[in-house]
Amino acid sequence: MNSASAIDIGRPASRQETRWRYWRGELKGSEYMWALAFIVPYIAMFLVFVAYPVVYGLWMGSEASLYSQLFADPIYQSTVINTVLYLALAVNVKMVLALLLSGFFMRPGWWMQALLMIYILPWAVPSLSGFISIHWMLNGEWGFLNNLLYTLFHIDGAYWLNERWLAMGSAIVSHIWKQLPFWTVILLAGRMAIPLDIFDTAKVDGATGMRCFVHITLPLIANLYLTCTLLSTIFTLGDFNTIFFVTGGGPANLTHVLATIGIRNAFDLAQPRLGVAAVMSALPLMIPLVIVLMRRLRTAEVQL
Amino acid sequence: MNVTTVDVTTSVTTAETRLASTHPLPRHRPSMRRRRYLANAAALALAVVLLVWTLAPIYNMVMIALKQSGDVFSDHIWPAHPSLESFGVVLTEGHWYLQNFWRQFGNSLYIGAMTTLLTLLIGSLTSFSLGRMRIRHGWLVSNTALLTYVIPASFLAIPFYRIMQSYGLSNNPWAVIAAEVVFATPYAIIVFQEYGRSIPLDLDESARLDGASPLQLYLLIYLPLMAPALVAIGTYALLLAWNEYLYQFLLLSSDRSMTVPVALARFLNSDVAPWNYMMATAIVYALPPVAIYYAFRGRMRAGLTMGGVKG
Repeated sequence: MNSASAIDIGRPASRQETRWRYWRGELKGSEYMWALAFIVPYIAMFLVFVAYPVVYGLWMGSEASLYSQLFADPIYQSTVINTVLYLALAVNVKMVLALLLSGFFMRPGWWMQALLMIYILPWAVPSLSGFISIHWMLNGEWGFLNNLLYTLFHIDGAYWLNERWLAMGSAIVSHIWKQLPFWTVILLAGRMAIPLDIFDTAKVDGATGMRCFVHITLPLIANLYLTCTLLSTIFTLGDFNTIFFVTGGGPANLTHVLATIGIRNAFDLAQPRLGVAAVMSALPLMIPLVIVLMRRLRTAEVQL
Repeated sequence: MNVTTVDVTTSVTTAETRLASTHPLPRHRPSMRRRRYLANAAALALAVVLLVWTLAPIYNMVMIALKQSGDVFSDHIWPAHPSLESFGVVLTEGHWYLQNFWRQFGNSLYIGAMTTLLTLLIGSLTSFSLGRMRIRHGWLVSNTALLTYVIPASFLAIPFYRIMQSYGLSNNPWAVIAAEVVFATPYAIIVFQEYGRSIPLDLDESARLDGASPLQLYLLIYLPLMAPALVAIGTYALLLAWNEYLYQFLLLSSDRSMTVPVALARFLNSDVAPWNYMMATAIVYALPPVAIYYAFRGRMRAGLTMGGVKG
């Protein structure tokens, strides 16, 4: 600060100008006002509907006693295990399948294109419609799945949603059903962006299918794959609809994840602070994820 | 801020032509022909598996909707006496749980439309200021947008709900619209800025020399040239609002202010759930987004970047 003012002595006018330039950049008078007017709606919205709730939430969840109450709750303990399982399985199985299927959809032919249009359907259908259909489909007594198993193989199917691990598995599979098409299309786009001459050269050198995948496609798409996986992790962490519609947190509150337990604590138990505390307990996982993702999204793109 | 705008416009057709050009017709050596045959058979098998996987829940939805009320609790895997009764009941509000169906459908439509409009308006204005006018310290705004994009919406629901109550906005569709717009706009800004890079800045420069004001630049040059990205993001915002449940559930509680998902979910765990009506409702509710998605699919692809679904 001192050195700056020392330099500025004797030229107050230019200092004023520097300050103006600092705020306005290259824009002149009225143009700067326009630019400001264009950006103000977003900033106002961000402050009122994002920044304020974030600060308010941090304040609500700032009592240390909340956390001892939370960690002592056996339902919260099972929720943490469920969340880890949900993230580990749903994200990775989905992304690996998406990677493989994006290769499948590179095949030529009109019927592949038709298949892709049907395949994308779960993503276009609203989560409510898809998930309540799955919910009833998995009903132990009258559900379509068990009826099908009985009609085809004379097997009595399980009560899918009445047992913790079966219900958790059902939720994971439902999540994959809904989200897989989207990530497949994204990775398909990544594959399409690989210049063809690379493959041509490899073909000349005698590389075939599997080797092309391992030595060309995979290294080139790895960056995109990793970013997608991180992004999907954070979206899956916030996924409320799947658990809520498919298992409803049941049986006996044993299939909650952090995204649903907060709402349950806040509204079913009427303890909003406990709900916020449950959500905040995801911060140790969320903050590093957000930092890594911000860096990746800002700098790294599909750099092929 | 290059968030992976993979240009997918060319998707499948290009793959076809590309592959066709790189794989000249093979010499029909028997071993090659057999391998090709096997590969095609495997592809066909995989296609069948994918079809069953994709369509099972959708088939279930349609099948139950076609059942008559007395027929829902049965072990058939097809409707024994298919009828359109449940669709009729839904469309005429002929069951007590469907009393306000059209009103609720209208609410969904209103929230979806407003979310789309506001997302496009605020997103395009912000991206114009950031990307075209290059406002100083714009990177701060870009970063807050990016940050909002990676915060799960469901994690903010409780404080958001309380704040809306203190604003006196509970049971008001605008509280929901605010929430949807807040979580749709960051992605819009990211995509618009990215897409805007393809429009040469010289265009703005020469218009400015001709005396155009920033507002004219925005309306007459920026918006028309951004049309493909606007369509893609409009579709995205509408699908986001249509998929969203949590905020609608928390913020709308009266029968006449709630949306279709909220009304439908009330019966999810009830023993008296009229499943055939619920499935018919679910199908009617799914029709607009599916129609819009397929109508704008090409455009969607053009602007589709990572993270087109959230929450």
